[in-house]
Amino acid sequence: MVDHPIVETTDIKAAVDALKQKFPDTIQDDTRQGYGGIIVDKNHLVEVAAALRDEYGFDYLSSATAVDYFGISDHMEMVYHAYRTSGGPALVFKAQTSRDNPEIPSLINIWPGVDFQEREAWDLYGIRFPGHPNLKRILLWEGFDGHPMRKDWQEAYYEEDHKPFESRWPDGWVHRAEERNVYGKNVKYPADFDLSKLSDKSEESLYADLGLGVSIQELTDESHIKTDRLVVNMGPHHPSTHGVFRMIVTLNGETIETLEPVMGYLHRNHEKIGERNTFLHNMPFTDRLDYLSSMGNNLGYALAVEQLLANGARYQPPTYRAECIRVLMVELTRIVNHYWAIGFLLNDLGAFFTPALYAIAEREKILDFFEATAGSRMMCNYMRFGGVFKDLPERIRGVASRMNDLVRDYNTMEYLTELINERIPQSIDELDEYLTDSEIIKSRTIGVGYLPPEMAIAYSTAGPLLRASGVPYDVRRADPYSIYPELDFDVAVRYNGDIYDRYLIRLDEMRESVRILKQILPRLERTAGEPIFAGSKQHTPRVPLGEAYGRVENPKGELGFYVVSAGDEKGPQNPWRYHVRAPSFISLTALGPMCIGHKVADVVAILGSIDIVLGETDR
Amino acid sequence: MYGQGILKGLWVTFRHFFNTYVDDIRYAGRKYFRQENFPIRQGLKAQGAFTVQYPEEKLAVPERFRFTPFLVVNDPDHPEAPGEDWCTSCGICAKVCPPQCIWIVRGSDPTTGRPVPQPVAFFIDIDICMNCGFCAEFCPFDAIKMDHNYELASYDRTTHHIHDKQHLSKPLSYWKNIAPTTALEEAVARGGWEHPDVLKAMKKAGQTAVTPTWENMFAKPEPPAKPLPPADAADADPAKAERLRKREEALARKRAAEVGEPVQPAVEAAETPAPAPAVPTGDKPKFDKQAMLEKIRQRKADKG
Repeated sequence: MVDHPIVETTDIKAAVDALKQKFPDTIQDDTRQGYGGIIVDKNHLVEVAAALRDEYGFDYLSSATAVDYFGISDHMEMVYHAYRTSGGPALVFKAQTSRDNPEIPSLINIWPGVDFQEREAWDLYGIRFPGHPNLKRILLWEGFDGHPMRKDWQEAYYEEDHKPFESRWPDGWVHRAEERNVYGKNVKYPADFDLSKLSDKSEESLYADLGLGVSIQELTDESHIKTDRLVVNMGPHHPSTHGVFRMIVTLNGETIETLEPVMGYLHRNHEKIGERNTFLHNMPFTDRLDYLSSMGNNLGYALAVEQLLANGARYQPPTYRAECIRVLMVELTRIVNHYWAIGFLLNDLGAFFTPALYAIAEREKILDFFEATAGSRMMCNYMRFGGVFKDLPERIRGVASRMNDLVRDYNTMEYLTELINERIPQSIDELDEYLTDSEIIKSRTIGVGYLPPEMAIAYSTAGPLLRASGVPYDVRRADPYSIYPELDFDVAVRYNGDIYDRYLIRLDEMRESVRILKQILPRLERTAGEPIFAGSKQHTPRVPLGEAYGRVENPKGELGFYVVSAGDEKGPQNPWRYHVRAPSFISLTALGPMCIGHKVADVVAILGSIDIVLGETDR
Repeated sequence: MYGQGILKGLWVTFRHFFNTYVDDIRYAGRKYFRQENFPIRQGLKAQGAFTVQYPEEKLAVPERFRFTPFLVVNDPDHPEAPGEDWCTSCGICAKVCPPQCIWIVRGSDPTTGRPVPQPVAFFIDIDICMNCGFCAEFCPFDAIKMDHNYELASYDRTTHHIHDKQHLSKPLSYWKNIAPTTALEEAVARGGWEHPDVLKAMKKAGQTAVTPTWENMFAKPEPPAKPLPPADAADADPAKAERLRKREEALARKRAAEVGEPVQPAVEAAETPAPAPAVPTGDKPKFDKQAMLEKIRQRKADKG
């Protein structure tokens, strides 16, 4: 892939300078207050991107997203975050276009991983990407009127641009949304949209790219056996899809020729909600993204906003104890998520629920701890900007107050110590013993769903999927945050890139997490009683102008939050842009290529090995 | 040997199968009926899989568990203002609410038109509430708290799912019951168990404000979650008697401190004998108020 020698640049600035020399008139620094990176002339975007990838080694495009600066500078822009898989910070580059006729060349030939992200930008912002082979809506349906993330688009239940809404206080007589918006008036269709041809139109556009005029075609294969080519819809309602997710599969006999994922059934325009919200309001909403690992989502968002706050004068970074607690929570979350992923991968392979229940039995104990600390088992809402919600409780004390007042009561540190040193390692070993050597699992998974490392990078896959393909890329090491630099752990990596390795790498990662947790316990004991918050907790902080990209290594891969604070000179209370780089969503780009040539039953297993959560995919 | 992996897996399955019945064998089929088993079954020592027999049996709910919010009001036996709202209708909860499910009508004096620190109406649409707990976290008056009642199903959402002020109001004793540790911490942070605004109003009205002491915070009927043992039971259990004695001493010290000049917390902390290390006495859980008090004082001293 790399023909030219990679220019040895130690830091981003050197790379940018070299790039400027190469493309003298097309690149400018982004000099807006609080912004970084470069602005590339959109006519030369593809050349610059190719040079970035091939000559400067930025082979991994983490995130590509659009921002609408309506009312500020009246343009739209695409923001790209490119990284090197050898580690280091991002090179941020942007391309600007007018709002009236937004058009930016597609980068799909440089980084195929932008496929879904460009479709999302088209869907939500209406930016066209010449060169994209399949530019159509991805999260919304064909009968949707307009591009909802544009700042001048208003939803049916629109109240105001920003929360808090005026009607709540001081004269807050309650009213329901439907009282003000009578049923039936909350859907708008495009002008050329014919409701009577509803199903035809949306289905047509889905099948258009499959190269089939009819749904069944008779074929004769090499050995002169008659088969059919047919289109099969898997999902949206199917237990193997881990939610409401659909795959349109073209089969030749039982062999897959093409596979196209269709998503958006759970779409709620999380990002638009995020722009109405204040910065803090978004924290519980992040819980609902990847609802199996809400602590990790919280941390990613907190990091992004803390980056912005750090530009201000009165910002104090989180205390050491807060960082310890954050890492404790995030690593426990990783274990929870991998239990779940392994258990339900086995479900997908046909081992119905026995392994899943064995795996999530231990998860229950971790969730009990989350509940006692954060107040909720899954929707933790635990991190705050500059710390955490509350310190660990001294005792995990629960009362069955709804029933008979029976009490369970444990010392928190004793509970954690036993959990981390005894229960979790035991149950990981047990899963290992139970599943790893099983001949059935091996024959179903080894060599299935192969994803070569170059492709894993090109498709911007992340997390276990990337590392099981032999790319040792882990944000905790590549671009460290929190107290990870001082912790001793290895980046788990496997080299075969098939389902079996993706299963094994999750076991490895759980063991590494236990290793981290064992180092966190003495730190927690040492810092007991220290403050968990630097400065004071604010509910509506004014966030300095600028942009920030907070990324964490979530269990499912790199979770990024691109947050822009713009508009109000004094520091807005609401994010101008709030974008979620969801690992499940982007990893699905690689699903199609991985499935080609396999059988229908393998699709289910391959999807299970990516480990998606639809809350995050559809947002 | 081919098939060895499957046999190993089956052995794990068998172990799980057997573990599920260990408790049944140990307690001769009565594992669900023994109350001592409750903390064991719902803790780390649990053996095998078990089912919580909902609704005959329910999970223990920790103190910080949050469901929908409720409003704290004075206890019905409050000497001056029984049932008075703690809420001042300042509107912070309505502002920090992410789904904006709180509606407040601020009170105003009918003659002067000036705002009165009390809500005229207070609504929470629990269909919209996302149980995040921000309202309770950021309320400066400890007037809104997260309830533990998770059984809110009803037959009609239009009439039952918007909770008004009457529905939302619950006495302070309820909060002390469901969250004793947190309630104590908050009371210390407030400097007493009374609402500052209520105190102010009482002063204005010429009434003497009740000086907040530990006695009137906790000499009230103890939360049923940890009922006081009868006197003879305390005598029978030396550990308990010891704890009661310590508590009395602590209260006496506290009273003495409050009668005298304002005490420097750090100094007092140094004078007080170090709290007994939390040695678990038997397997009974221990909630050491003295140690908690000490800790909170220390924290306050560090802060200020």
